[in-house]
Amino acid sequence: MSTAQAARPASGIREITYAEAIAEALRTEMRLDPRLFVMGEDVGAFGGLFGGTKGLLDEFGPERVRDTPISEAALVGAGVGAAITGMHPMVEIQFMDFTACAMDQIVNQAAKIRFMLGGKAQVPLVIRTPYGTGLKLASQHSQSLEAWFAHVPGLLVAMPSTPADAKGLLVTALRDPNPVIVLEHKLLYPTRGPVPEEQFTVPFGQADVKRTGADVTIVATGLMVSKSLAAADRLAADGIQAEVVDPRTLVPLDKATIIASVKKTGRLVIVHEAVKRGGFGGEVASVIAEEAFDYLDAPIKRVAGRNVPIAFNEVLEKKAVPDLEDIVAAVRSLVRE
Amino acid sequence: MAAGKRAAASAKQTGLPIASGGSGVTTPDGADRIVLLTMMIRIRTFEMKLAELVRNLVIKGTMHPYVGQEAVATGVCAALRPVDYIASTHRGHGHALAKGADMKRMMAELLGKHTGYCKGKGGSMHIADLDLGMLGCNGIVGGGMGITAGAALSAKLRGTDQVCAGFFGDGGANAGITHESMNLAAAWRLPAIFVCENNQYALSMPHANAVAMTDIAARAAGYGMAGEVVDGNDVLSVWAATRRAVERARAGGGPTLLECKTYRWLQHSLRVKGPDRPAEEEASWRARCPIDRLRKQLSADRQLDEARFAAIEAAATHEVEESVAFALASPEPPLEEMELDIYAGRFIE
Repeated sequence: MSTAQAARPASGIREITYAEAIAEALRTEMRLDPRLFVMGEDVGAFGGLFGGTKGLLDEFGPERVRDTPISEAALVGAGVGAAITGMHPMVEIQFMDFTACAMDQIVNQAAKIRFMLGGKAQVPLVIRTPYGTGLKLASQHSQSLEAWFAHVPGLLVAMPSTPADAKGLLVTALRDPNPVIVLEHKLLYPTRGPVPEEQFTVPFGQADVKRTGADVTIVATGLMVSKSLAAADRLAADGIQAEVVDPRTLVPLDKATIIASVKKTGRLVIVHEAVKRGGFGGEVASVIAEEAFDYLDAPIKRVAGRNVPIAFNEVLEKKAVPDLEDIVAAVRSLVRE
Repeated sequence: MAAGKRAAASAKQTGLPIASGGSGVTTPDGADRIVLLTMMIRIRTFEMKLAELVRNLVIKGTMHPYVGQEAVATGVCAALRPVDYIASTHRGHGHALAKGADMKRMMAELLGKHTGYCKGKGGSMHIADLDLGMLGCNGIVGGGMGITAGAALSAKLRGTDQVCAGFFGDGGANAGITHESMNLAAAWRLPAIFVCENNQYALSMPHANAVAMTDIAARAAGYGMAGEVVDGNDVLSVWAATRRAVERARAGGGPTLLECKTYRWLQHSLRVKGPDRPAEEEASWRARCPIDRLRKQLSADRQLDEARFAAIEAAATHEVEESVAFALASPEPPLEEMELDIYAGRFIE
């Protein structure tokens, strides 16, 4: 059982979608924080391409919910300018692939300004963006680029995997004085789950053990968390107990929880949709190799996207990213009794 | 956040940031000419000293000298109030001084010292003082443009009458962010002033080879904003054009693009030799020295004699020497500084 969920009061929990949870987090925070405003392509009357800003325009009006021209660099740049002069901007980048258009603003401006100015500036900027495959949108609308951002000191990176985490992590992001990139998998937006009605936060740097098990640790992010849980169910039928750990934030990374789990199970499988080469899984594997090597009973396995661009064709798209069978097979290859 | 609050609280404040008392030698529309002259001389003296310090390796690394362009920073910033914002460029020392930055802390930063504006972590290309509305020099060409739009948006959302002037060069004019930011500011009628300092060259690339038209200001029409070509070596013209832009911005008339035609006298950066430019070209621009020009006007108007001019120069030299002494005597940043200020509130391994 999730530690965060266990800490929450049982009252006021209802099932809503991931997209609704995001909109709820924004709505409630905008009521509390008059400096918070939202800008992005189609975030106004349209409600965001995936519904993350639905209803905000009606309540807060066009000054605080700003439809923008297709200018990702200027959106993030203006977000930085607004943030260092006292506002709390939330910028939605319609597809994660488009963060490439704003990379200078994210990496050289948002991430660096506080440091370069010797701590005089704060950059309370949140960038929400959908990532991942599954909608047959081909190579420029399907990528998982979290490793780019995790690599840059000055940025925080969150990857909520459930509606509750989508709300709780976003509230934390909106209250954090640092630039935060929140990655939302496209296929998660319509998924439903229990979410507390009242405002709550999920702290950064606190992994969630979504399932406990003694035989193998599966560290999974984003959409791969639910796939890993399904894989764990399948494995349980064969008597293999998998522990599924969702880091929830890559920066900061809850190394302690991952290390503790590996010390218990002696085996580690890392699952992410991003391509394997240079992916964040390499970082997790390195942490274990450096800090818990003696506890390993088997080599570390990475189950990740193939090192290919995402094709339009449905079969090629599906085969480029891990599925349940891949996770099951990876675990079985490590647990041979 | 705190800076924003302070700025909002004092948004009604008026007056030249550089005028402590003023000299009384004003134009009919109110520009204090002695104050403007003094600022230009301070910038020139500071920059010429840097050339020496870089040559002698007292300053490591490089910096981008502003010599020849003093009228632009001085004229623009004199038309702003302390609460107004500027965003600057890699060639930003003049902007910082004109917005009121402390020369000692600037010099200390240029020497990488802990007493500098950025604790020695920013250097020449990142000097900033948010309390003065100086949102930072920037190492990325065009880097201040998005910030300019954002600071102007921030002022609008907070309901203050602050404006933001964003400096960029003829090189930055061709960066994508400049286009996006100008369009955004125009579409939203933000209180922004885009100040292009066309100093005729990027690093070695002449402006004429980089674009097919003559005036960057002509682009303003394409954005639906006001645009104006300004003699960037005439501080009074710069001041007056900025005043018009500020008034337009405050009245809700949206942004303005000012193209200040000027020339950098020295090389692109103090560690890069050349490129060689035509000698007649350099001579013709040096003949249009912004400091000489104002000095001659003041002399002709019997507002400035040799003695007073010498006194202004001597004071600037003294201030610069004091700043060097302060910087040399200042401590290096401790090693722990490396891990500070990356994230507010904590270090993340």
